[in-house]
Amino acid sequence: MSLLQVNNLGVQFQTPDGLVSAVNGVSFDLQAGQTLGIVGESGSGKSQSVLAMMGLLAKNGKASGEALYNGQNLLTMSPRQLNAIRGDRVSMIFQDPMTSLNPYLTVERQMTEVLELHKGMTRREAKKRAISLLEAVRIPEAARRVDMYPHEFSGGMRQRVMIAMALLCEPEILIADEPTTALDVTVQAQILSLLKDLQRDFGTAIVMITHDLGVVAGLCEKVMVMYGGRVMEYGSANDIFYQPSHPYTIGLLGALPRLDHDGSELVSIPGNPPNMANMPKGCPFSERCTHVSELCISTLPPLAASAANPAVLRACHKAPQELKPSVEVVAHV
Amino acid sequence: MSDKKLILSVRDVKVHFKVKGGNDWPWTPKKTLKAVDGVSFDLYEGETLGVVGESGCGKSTLARSILNLIPATAGEIVWMGKDLRQGSEKDWLAVRRDIQMIFQDPLASLNPRMTIAQIIGEPLRVHRPELSSEEVMKRVRAMMVKVGLREQMINRYPHEFSGGQCQRIGIARALILEPKLIICDEPVSALDVSIQAQIINLLKELQREMGLALIFIAHDLAVVKHISDRILVMYLGREMELAEKHALYDKPSHPYTRALLSAIPIPDPKLERNKVIQILQGDLPSPINPPSGCVFRTRCPLAEAQCAGERPELRRLSADTQSSCLLA
Repeated sequence: MSLLQVNNLGVQFQTPDGLVSAVNGVSFDLQAGQTLGIVGESGSGKSQSVLAMMGLLAKNGKASGEALYNGQNLLTMSPRQLNAIRGDRVSMIFQDPMTSLNPYLTVERQMTEVLELHKGMTRREAKKRAISLLEAVRIPEAARRVDMYPHEFSGGMRQRVMIAMALLCEPEILIADEPTTALDVTVQAQILSLLKDLQRDFGTAIVMITHDLGVVAGLCEKVMVMYGGRVMEYGSANDIFYQPSHPYTIGLLGALPRLDHDGSELVSIPGNPPNMANMPKGCPFSERCTHVSELCISTLPPLAASAANPAVLRACHKAPQELKPSVEVVAHV
Repeated sequence: MSDKKLILSVRDVKVHFKVKGGNDWPWTPKKTLKAVDGVSFDLYEGETLGVVGESGCGKSTLARSILNLIPATAGEIVWMGKDLRQGSEKDWLAVRRDIQMIFQDPLASLNPRMTIAQIIGEPLRVHRPELSSEEVMKRVRAMMVKVGLREQMINRYPHEFSGGQCQRIGIARALILEPKLIICDEPVSALDVSIQAQIINLLKELQREMGLALIFIAHDLAVVKHISDRILVMYLGREMELAEKHALYDKPSHPYTRALLSAIPIPDPKLERNKVIQILQGDLPSPINPPSGCVFRTRCPLAEAQCAGERPELRRLSADTQSSCLLA
C-alpha cells in the first residue's frame, strides 16, 4: 500500500468574486522513501494542494476528494486526529523560514515542544534530541545555538532549523513548500545536499514543491507538472525532462536559460497565466498553447496514460508525436 | 571590445554606510558598513555587462551609486569622459536622459495613482518639456507597442496588470528617452519562468534594435549567461572576477565563481545527479567587519596564509579574464 494516496483532490475558495477553484482533480501516489516533485508557476495550485492535505487552508477554502495516509483520509479528520499526525508522521517545511518560526521563543523551546507533545519526552531528553538534530543539519555549536532566538540565525541557518524541527519525530513524509526559493544559490546547494543526506539516513518520503526545474532534476524521482490548478503531466523525472509530452512542459523547459548549453533565443511561452476566477472552459493552457485546436478550447482533456509511454500521465488532446518539440529540447536530447 | 566606444568607466568606487550596532550605547561610535568597497569596470557601447553575486554582495548598491541614487563615498564614475561625482544637479539631469534604470519589483516601482500613459510619458515631460502633449502621447503609444503592450491599455492603472506586464511598463518608461545605457536591477527575479523568458527576449531584441548598453544585475547565473557579453562576479562588496562570458563559464578562474557555478541546479536529471557540487562552508561574513586580505578566504577551499595578507586587486590573467584570486 502506498504511504500517501491522493485521489481527485480539489480546493475551492469562496471569494467576493464567487467560487474560485484553485486545485482540480489532483491524484498521485507516494511510496515510502520516494521523492515527488510538484512543479508549476505561481497560481498553479501546487502549494494549495499540499496545504489542503495538512488541513492548513485559509478559512474560506474547502477541500474535496481524498488524501489517504495509511488508509486514513486526512481531509475528513477532526483537528485533534490531524494534530496527532501533523508534525509527527507528516511534517512540513515552508518557504520563508523567518515567518514560520516563532520570534518570541528560543529554538530550544520550539523544538522541545514538538517532542513533549508527540513523544511524551521530558524537557531534558527533548533538548538532547533537539541538539542532536541541529547537529545532523550541520549547525555549528548546536549546544550553544539551541538557546538562541530565530533572529540570531542567518537565512540558511533558519531554514536548517526548520528542517531539523520537521525531522524531530522522524516523519514518514516531509512536505517541503519551496524550501530554497528565498535562499542564495550556494545556500540552496547546502540545503539540497542536506535533504538528500537526510533522506538516505532516515528514509523519509519527500514531497518537494518548487518552481525551479533544476531543483527537481537533482532530487526527485517522480515529477508532477501543474498549471491552472490541474495536473498537466505526471511521470518519472527522466521521462519528464528527456521526453516531455505536454506542450506546457515543453514550453517550460524551453523557456529556461541554461548553463549547460548555449541557446541564442529562449523559447518563451506567449501570453499570461490564466485568471483563476475565470478559467477557460477547455484546457487551462489552451490560451497560450501553440498547438491549440477547437477541441482544446471546448473540452477539458482528461489526465490519461500516454500512448507513447504508458508510465506517463498527460492531459492533452494532441498525441505526443503531433507536438513538434521546440528546437532547444530536441538539441538537448 | 577595444574597437567599441568606451561609455562608462567606474574606478575604485566605494559606498560606505555609517551604521549603529544593535547592542551599542548611544555614545558608541558608529561603525562603517562597506557595501561596495573598491569596484572598477569599463562598459562599452552596445555591450551587456552582467553583475552577479549573492544577497548582500553590493551589486544593487553599486548600480544605484552609478545613478547617484545612493551617492558613492569615493572613486570615479566617468560617463562619456565626464566625472559624474563632480557633476552639478544640472549635469545629472542630462546624464539621466542617457542612463535609465529598471527595478526588481515591477509593481512597487510604478506609481499606483498614475495611469500607464502618465507613467511612461513622465520622463518625456521632465526631460523634453518642449514636446507637445500630442507628441508625448504619440511616443508613448509607439513605445507601448514596441514592448508588447496593447494600445487600448493606455488609460489603465498598474494594479490592473500582471507582473510581466508591469515589467514591460517599466521597460517602456526606461526606453522612452532613448537612453544609451539601461541599468537593470534584477528585472526578472520576481517573474515566473515563462514570463521571465518573454522579458529577457524583449530586452535582447530592444538592445539589438536601439544599440543599448545594459548593466544586468541578477543572482541567477543562468539568466546572466544568457544575456551578457561580460560578467562581473562580486562577493562582499569586492570584485572576484571580471571575464568574458564564455571564459567565465568554461574555465572560471576564481574559487568563488567555481562554487557559485557548481551550486546552480541544472534542469537535467542525469547531469544534475552526477555533478560535483562544491559546497561552501559557513555563512557570509559581516560587511561591517570583513576578513582581512581576500574577503572570500574564510570560506575558500584553497585559502593559504598569503590570502590573509594584502588585499588582492583584480589582475589580468588573459585577454578575456581578470581575477582577484592570488592563486589563480
